[in-house]
Amino acid sequence: MLELVLVSTLNGVLYGMLLFLMASGLTLIFSMMGVLNFAHASFYMLGAFFGFQISQLVGFWPGLILAPILAGFIGALIERYGLRNVHRHGHVAELLFTFGLAFVIEEIVQMIWGKLPRDYRIPPSLDFSAFTIFSTNYPAYKMFMLLFAIGIFVALLLVLTRTRVGLIIQASLTHPHMVGMLGHNVPRIFMLVFGLGCALAAVAGVIAGPALVTQSNMAALLGPILFVVVVIGGLGSLSGAFIASLLIGLLQTFAVAVNLSISDIFGVFGIHTNPLPFLSDIWRVTVAQIAPIMPYLLLVLILVFRPTGLMGTRDT
Amino acid sequence: MSERAQTASAQRSSGGLLATAARYGIWVVLAALLLTLPRIFSSSFTFTMLSLMGISIIFALSYNMLLGQTGMLSFGHAVYYGLGGFLVVHAMNTVTKYSLPIPLPLMPLVGGVAGLFFGVVFGSVSTRRGGTAFAMISLGLGELVASSALILRSFFGGEEGITTNRTKLLRIFDWNFGSQIQIYYLIAFWCLVCVIAMYALTRTPFGRMCNAVRENFERAEFVGYNSQLVRFFAFCLSGFFAGIAGGLAAINFEIVNSGYVGAEQSGSVLLAAYIGGIGFFGGPIIGAILVTWLQVMLSDITEVWQLYFGLLFVGMVMFAPFGISGLLMMHAPLWRARVLWRLVPAYLLALAAGLVMLTGASLVIEMAYHLSTKAADGPMMSFMRVAFSVHSLLPWLMAAVLLIGGYFFFRSSWPYVEGAWHDALMKARERGSAV
Repeated sequence: MLELVLVSTLNGVLYGMLLFLMASGLTLIFSMMGVLNFAHASFYMLGAFFGFQISQLVGFWPGLILAPILAGFIGALIERYGLRNVHRHGHVAELLFTFGLAFVIEEIVQMIWGKLPRDYRIPPSLDFSAFTIFSTNYPAYKMFMLLFAIGIFVALLLVLTRTRVGLIIQASLTHPHMVGMLGHNVPRIFMLVFGLGCALAAVAGVIAGPALVTQSNMAALLGPILFVVVVIGGLGSLSGAFIASLLIGLLQTFAVAVNLSISDIFGVFGIHTNPLPFLSDIWRVTVAQIAPIMPYLLLVLILVFRPTGLMGTRDT
Repeated sequence: MSERAQTASAQRSSGGLLATAARYGIWVVLAALLLTLPRIFSSSFTFTMLSLMGISIIFALSYNMLLGQTGMLSFGHAVYYGLGGFLVVHAMNTVTKYSLPIPLPLMPLVGGVAGLFFGVVFGSVSTRRGGTAFAMISLGLGELVASSALILRSFFGGEEGITTNRTKLLRIFDWNFGSQIQIYYLIAFWCLVCVIAMYALTRTPFGRMCNAVRENFERAEFVGYNSQLVRFFAFCLSGFFAGIAGGLAAINFEIVNSGYVGAEQSGSVLLAAYIGGIGFFGGPIIGAILVTWLQVMLSDITEVWQLYFGLLFVGMVMFAPFGISGLLMMHAPLWRARVLWRLVPAYLLALAAGLVMLTGASLVIEMAYHLSTKAADGPMMSFMRVAFSVHSLLPWLMAAVLLIGGYFFFRSSWPYVEGAWHDALMKARERGSAV
């Protein structure tokens, strides 16, 4: 039991940190431009595929640096030549633009790399088990993912709060006009932040690609969960996104390990009934089976009790 | 004085008669069109296509009740469509099992009620917020239902779905609805009813309240309307019509599976409504017809049709945010002033440039697709019936020339289009019929 709890906590925190790598970029972009980048998960996918392609040519480590730069560059170009033009048509048009973009990116990835999973390998230098908890060998690569994600998180925090660039970014979140008056090029800051957010998502893709599956549907699988994270955390709140990422990471990891159903719980109290045929699924389905829909259930619960999200203040 | 008043009232009544004819005439014409269409195109392929279009029209219009009328961007509208479909299939199977005296034409109502019910349930949670938050919540709810469809097997039938037989229900007028033409008439009937009902809704005070909430929900609240309640009612009603569309789809295909409630379905209705134009009532109708036609036709021509489709959508969002109907309506004042023909030369020039650019772009896409996905078939491919090898440099060079040349050609033709617009508008103003 203790072993299960320890391993699940590690995995949950890892998954949560990966989610936060993406959610942080998404939140930054949202609070700055007021647009939720629907294609954000697509940049995660692009990161994974770029990383895969680069690792085929020169190895994993150059990919870890080059793939996010490439994805961030593409993101900045898209902001400059696409999103900025759509901006005058309003937020709905911006959201629809990124929606279409996600669609196009998925098709292009499918066109280039096909629909089947690609063999994106863990680098050999990390292919060993880091330590053993009771009887479980914990792979070093996962440990590396966790530390790397935490490292990026700390670096981001330091850049945002301790450097001049970070202060300008923070200022343009709340007072874009004033920052413009002070002589900073606000549209360029927007472009850089958009690119940075996309690069962060791509970093998550590069390090998650070898551990999870690198496939053309990975954006469609992760995207909705990512948006659930930012809604639960409260749109535009970085700390909310952090809490929600960890919460969902832990929730999903622990749910997979629990093999209980409603009928089991009733069975503990000695109640054995056979409900209506339509309800029998709900009766017998185990917690592990509903793990994929846990985030959405949590979303509904949060919305019922706290419509603005955990740390959210603004009502857009 | 009284004489003048009399003539005025006489004028008004004759104008009233004309207005009445214009107001209701269009529906009579539409009904006549729906009745005669199968006589003009009498292949079973067209019946299938027309049936799909009818379903798609109802679905797209119900979607536009949210996006176009109330300003709510939903990424999970297929939930109500799909659940309507599932309930209809279950209802049909139950009716057949117990031989209840309920004919098939009433079955879409079951879908509508199911859509309404789930609209009430999910709407009470999701319509608390508008804007971006609503969009994300609708996405989450859509995923919730889509994932549940694979978990709750006895209701959703798992991967393979649930089948039904539409011919086993109570017969009226000896119609067993086995043939596609009978299904077409059923769909056409419901399509007409729903279109009229949804149009009528936009003319009610409620429809106007929806528009007010779309434009500025804070002001609408200051006037005294509860914007949350308006959103909620619009959401429920839109769920009702989506359910009818889903029910018709279930009857048409005689099978429902988890794909009905999935994100792909939600995305395609959004695309259809937006490409047609969300600013006008008729826009989603145009979009639904076009998108259904494209889906059937393009998928025959090219395997990467979804990419073209996505690019079309992104292009629409960037350059024509009011969709096809918006583009058409832009020309209405010119048409009334009879100066539209002045635009024709400039448009032809721009069209030629656009076609050159498009050919180049699609050549690049097709060659890249061939090179990456069909490497096993060898380097030979054909484009517009011209065979060539993707390994040689010439076709790539051609494509680049066409694409880049077309782009600059288009750019340089644009001032002519703008100039022609300006001239035509000036002429229209001279004649006093444009604003």
